[in-house]
Amino acid sequence: MTDAAFSADLLFVLAVAMMTGVTYFMRAGGYWLMGRLPLTDRVRRGLEALPGAIIISTILPIVLKGDLALGLSLLSAIAVMALLRKDFIAVAAAVVTAALLRSAGI
Amino acid sequence: MTSSSPVTITPAGILLGARLSLTIIPGSVALGSVFGMVAAQKGLTLLETVMMQSFVFAGASQFVAMEVYRDPLNWGLVLAMTGVVAAVNMRMLLVGASLRPWLGGQPAWQVYPTLFFLTDINWLLAMRHHQDGHRDWGVLFGSGLMIWVVWSLAVLPGYFFGALIEDPQAWGLDVVLPAFFAALLVPLWKGKRQTLGWIIAGAVATLTWELLGGYWGVLTGAVAGAVAGAYFHD
Repeated sequence: MTDAAFSADLLFVLAVAMMTGVTYFMRAGGYWLMGRLPLTDRVRRGLEALPGAIIISTILPIVLKGDLALGLSLLSAIAVMALLRKDFIAVAAAVVTAALLRSAGI
Repeated sequence: MTSSSPVTITPAGILLGARLSLTIIPGSVALGSVFGMVAAQKGLTLLETVMMQSFVFAGASQFVAMEVYRDPLNWGLVLAMTGVVAAVNMRMLLVGASLRPWLGGQPAWQVYPTLFFLTDINWLLAMRHHQDGHRDWGVLFGSGLMIWVVWSLAVLPGYFFGALIEDPQAWGLDVVLPAFFAALLVPLWKGKRQTLGWIIAGAVATLTWELLGGYWGVLTGAVAGAVAGAYFHD
């Protein structure tokens, strides 16, 4: 281990600071803003619908650009979750499904 | 489902969060070590790598930023890196907004530091917990902290020895996070109103992805789904 390992380019440190700042702004900004808006029934319903909408919008493009094994493994995760209600087992089932299908060349 | 239990944060909730996050540790370690490898290949020093991993603490966006990175760095590149990181992480605005009904009454000095540790994963774990009627948000903090520690350490073996697992895809490790997302849909599904909202979210996200690519679909789809949820009644 040399001194070089513990050195950092000043401009890079600045880049990290800016990336950290903008990411924290995203993490805290939505929460902050919702505290400034009146929490009407309609807004509350919208916020309650948000988790499902975020999840769908996140995984659908991943499935569409992924391979068949990925899509099938996610279906297996949903099936296991519906039967057992244990997310750990659902995720494990998906990993095993994807690994097996890919080793089989699918 | 009743939501009668009071909103609180307890050590038991924090420990539970840390324990629940064990599910995704293999995925975090694999991905974190890949980032270490990429950073070493790009010529970052150890300190630079660790700073980026621990401070930015946002998986996908770190990789996209390293695609932009060139040595020597200049102001244009710094702005470009910040810009792509902002674009990839913009969905966290919505993730954070969804926490408002739960955490809104809690002290700001506790909530805002916790939001530093907000990731997709501990948000999913916490929402799952919330869905079951629990209101102890220690789950959010405990799992976030645990994931941060694991993520920060996982970069080291990758930096020095290369990725821990040569081909994470062959081992199915790339499906950990999407599978986690997919599994959570099951307890979230309540009925017709949601189905319609989800179809709208999915359609808008897919269309956006087709037109613009990248990460914009998460944003447009989620907003469309939330608006649908706000305006449709059962």
